[in-house]
Amino acid sequence: MQKLDSKIPEGPLAEKWSRYKARLRLVSPANKKKIEIIVVGTGLAGSGAASALGELGYNVKVFCFQDSPRRAHSVAAQGGINAAKNYRNDNDSVYRLFHDMVKGGDYRARESNVYRAAEVSNDVIDHFTALGVPFARDYGGSLDTRSFGGVQVSRTFYAKGQTGQQCLYGTYSSLNRQIAKGTVKMFPRRDMLDVVIVDGKARGIITRNLLTGELERHSAHAVVLATGGYGTVFYLSTLGLGSNASAAWSAYRKGALFANPSFIQIHPTSIPVLNEYQCKLTLMSESLRNDGRVWVPKEQGDKRHPTEIPEEERDYYLERRYPAFGNLVPRDVASRAAKERCDAGYGVGDTGLSVYLDFKDAIEKQGKKAIRDKYGNLFEMYEKITGINPYNQPMRIYPAGHYTMGGLWVDYNLMTTIPGLYAIGESNFSDHGANRLGASSLMQCCGDGYFILPNTISAYLADDIRTGTIPTDNSAFEEAEKAVEDRIKRIMSVGGKETASSFHKRLGKIMWDHCGMRRDAEGLMKGVEMLKELEEEFWENICVPGSTDDLNHELEKALKVADFFEVGRLMCEDALQREESCGAHFREEHQTETGEAKRNDTDFAYVAAWEFQGAKTEPKLHKEPLRFKYVELKERSYK
Amino acid sequence: MNFILKIWRQKNAQTKGSFKTYLLKDVSPEMSFLEMLDYLNKQIIGNGGEPVTFEHDCREGICGSCGLYINGRPHGPMRNTTTCELHMREFNDGDSIVIEPWRARAFPVIKDLVVDRSSFERIMHAGGFISVNTGSAPESNSNPVSKTIADKAFDAATCIGCGACVAACKNSSAMLYAAAKIAQYAMIPQGKVEAKERVDKMVKQMDAEGFGFCSNTYSCEFDCPKGISVDFIALMNREFFSSKVCKQKQT
Ligand SMILES: Cc1cc2nc3c(=O)[nH]c(=O)nc-3n(C[C@H](O)[C@H](O)[C@H](O)COP(=O)(O)OP(=O)(O)OC[C@H]3O[C@@H](n4cnc5c(N)ncnc54)[C@H](O)[C@@H]3O)c2cc1C
Ligand code: FES
Repeated sequence: MQKLDSKIPEGPLAEKWSRYKARLRLVSPANKKKIEIIVVGTGLAGSGAASALGELGYNVKVFCFQDSPRRAHSVAAQGGINAAKNYRNDNDSVYRLFHDMVKGGDYRARESNVYRAAEVSNDVIDHFTALGVPFARDYGGSLDTRSFGGVQVSRTFYAKGQTGQQCLYGTYSSLNRQIAKGTVKMFPRRDMLDVVIVDGKARGIITRNLLTGELERHSAHAVVLATGGYGTVFYLSTLGLGSNASAAWSAYRKGALFANPSFIQIHPTSIPVLNEYQCKLTLMSESLRNDGRVWVPKEQGDKRHPTEIPEEERDYYLERRYPAFGNLVPRDVASRAAKERCDAGYGVGDTGLSVYLDFKDAIEKQGKKAIRDKYGNLFEMYEKITGINPYNQPMRIYPAGHYTMGGLWVDYNLMTTIPGLYAIGESNFSDHGANRLGASSLMQCCGDGYFILPNTISAYLADDIRTGTIPTDNSAFEEAEKAVEDRIKRIMSVGGKETASSFHKRLGKIMWDHCGMRRDAEGLMKGVEMLKELEEEFWENICVPGSTDDLNHELEKALKVADFFEVGRLMCEDALQREESCGAHFREEHQTETGEAKRNDTDFAYVAAWEFQGAKTEPKLHKEPLRFKYVELKERSYK
Repeated sequence: MNFILKIWRQKNAQTKGSFKTYLLKDVSPEMSFLEMLDYLNKQIIGNGGEPVTFEHDCREGICGSCGLYINGRPHGPMRNTTTCELHMREFNDGDSIVIEPWRARAFPVIKDLVVDRSSFERIMHAGGFISVNTGSAPESNSNPVSKTIADKAFDAATCIGCGACVAACKNSSAMLYAAAKIAQYAMIPQGKVEAKERVDKMVKQMDAEGFGFCSNTYSCEFDCPKGISVDFIALMNREFFSSKVCKQKQT
């Protein structure tokens, strides 16, 4: 039975981290050389952490499933990265950034962690600038910022619509420097399939070499997971196709608690589904809502071309419902509002499952060039995918699965409930509560990786300076490898008829319909049953062609889909127990008279952390109460 | 839409490959090129065969994983477009489409349409970074950089490392790839400090990996899905020769 201790340090909020950090134990340079650390994942979180640890002198082994660390899905982030620099003199501050995140997360995140993320945000920007990340600049040569994602200050640093790419190449460059120095050893094309626990501590991982199929044992004194989000549980999402829950899930199955699994952000502005074989939804950055206006026709089922619908027959429903924030309401609010209009029959396009995002007014006011300068690459991307030129007619958009606020439960040190196993970046649950504000994930990933983890992990490793190399020829490694081998054999031997993608698609639909933007008890319970049935069918009818000893994408997919059934079930269970609406989690049973989310702070101001109890047993729920000392709990209003 | 697909099939690096022809029917013009291949694979699997292996992840033109040589051009017929962004509406019903992996000595085939691009990684290890430790950075705005330069550096930095430039070049040269990184750093003050060593080391590594020389045909720029300009190669050459001159002065 696990006990949750968040290890939040004492002291005033603004001083917690600096005081705590000053007292953390260190490992001397000579001893660092004797210590090995595994980092799984090379997104902003993983490559940041690996390079910072390498710079400190640890021996780091880094893993990713792509052929190069530069292809981690952080590369796809578009809009920007937040920091509390206050370069605009618009009265921004660490406190305000913290406050916006706690509020935006609908008061379901830990104050201490969020404050720390805001606190290190400025260091992240400085570091990236020094690394040569080409952020947008003003004519005077200083860094430019923009306003982004439901806040009233301009604190978002950006590099056109490719901020994630540019930041990732920054962390990638620092990783390369350490690889060249020999402090970091890179293992690309590896799938992590299990974490190995020796005497209660995380001491290694089992990976599959995707080229040879070989199962490998890797040991270390500590293991860091930076494996990203699991939004692909919906099949169609804005994530990369290889994004998965499996690495985090293997930790969950070994005893790490999984927090708030049902908190999953549906992004309001993605290009809608265009064909039946589509397996990916492309995001149109939220920054577009700074200038684009969202609307649907006032008349149900109006089939006229959008440019033929006169102004007075358009319903700018966000501006109507939320006059204070208009088109800039937070993501969860914008997504649900789009779904509401479409469900009510006002949606546009062949399927009726989309709304317009219109730049007509912005182009008239600012000119085409200004709009091209700001969003040129996004407009091009839109045209490539849809064949429609958004300078001449509005874009069509619809919500899509995007970001997982939920993830492995971690304490203030970013350690999971398994000693020596850390989770950083999107793979943990820590900083975004029930809804993430735009541009705060890149910030959190880099803060975790570059500035927080390297300090906290040293305190843990200080006990390991005399341990010596961790052997891999013991029973813990053997058993873990055997279990992975058996699972692969089992999946290969089914010899069914249906492909992994096909199962994934069906699973995604169950999740979207029953555990998506709007949830209710009946639907969720039905979802659980449907997932169980589909899982049974999977194990009877999955078809994996090819062999296990070479590059086999079908096998990789099948292994990931197999885990998603369990992930989906836990998401439904989590959504069921949370009898309130908060952030991205909207329960039909809990809404205000005007249809807004109705939180219940008396009963649900806690983190739901789930403990695995075996494949056939119900997981156990632990509650970490959330205490708010610095922000007042309010109803989130954007009216 | 219907298509005749001629696809390179190769079991692994050791065995020889060959083209195989597939007739694919009822393709939607809305499908992306890779969705069309997914659709083909579903049919191949249904018939008990082994699917065509190709690399991909983001499917939105940013990760640089995908890269197919389509009808004799890297990433196919559309300019500034990656394979995953290419849509079937750009082809004509009944077209024959030839699909091959990148062909270059420094990119050996792993399986079917997947090649080994680790040579690109090693070029970056040689010098694709600015040496600064975490925590040692000065305040961002203490070093202003002119907007024009910053924008140019950004243009160079948009390279996604897909390898199309190498595939496009008759000499399989990696000049555009290396030049983009070298130029990005050489232009900004932060990167200037070690610019000379950087260009030296990266060019050396590029040669060691077996990439060819540049004979100025500019096909790399033409086929680069990110439209990276060959001007950066000129900038790299200038850096390279000035690094040689500096070295001679020292000795
Ligand atoms: C389209 C899009 C746009 C976004 N825009 C923004 C934005 O503008 N601003 C913002 O702040 N946030 C944005 N986000 C969110 C943000 O990009 C992500 O939350 C963040 O980049 C995640 O980084 P990460 O390091 O945690 O994981 P990732 O970058 O996803 O990296 C995961 C890593 O783990 C590895 N991995 C995963 N599973 C395994 C396994 N089983 N075995 C081995 N390796 C594994 C992968 O290879 C990869 O290297 C966006 C997200 C998307 C999808
Ligand atoms: S799959 Fe990422 S660029 Fe094509």
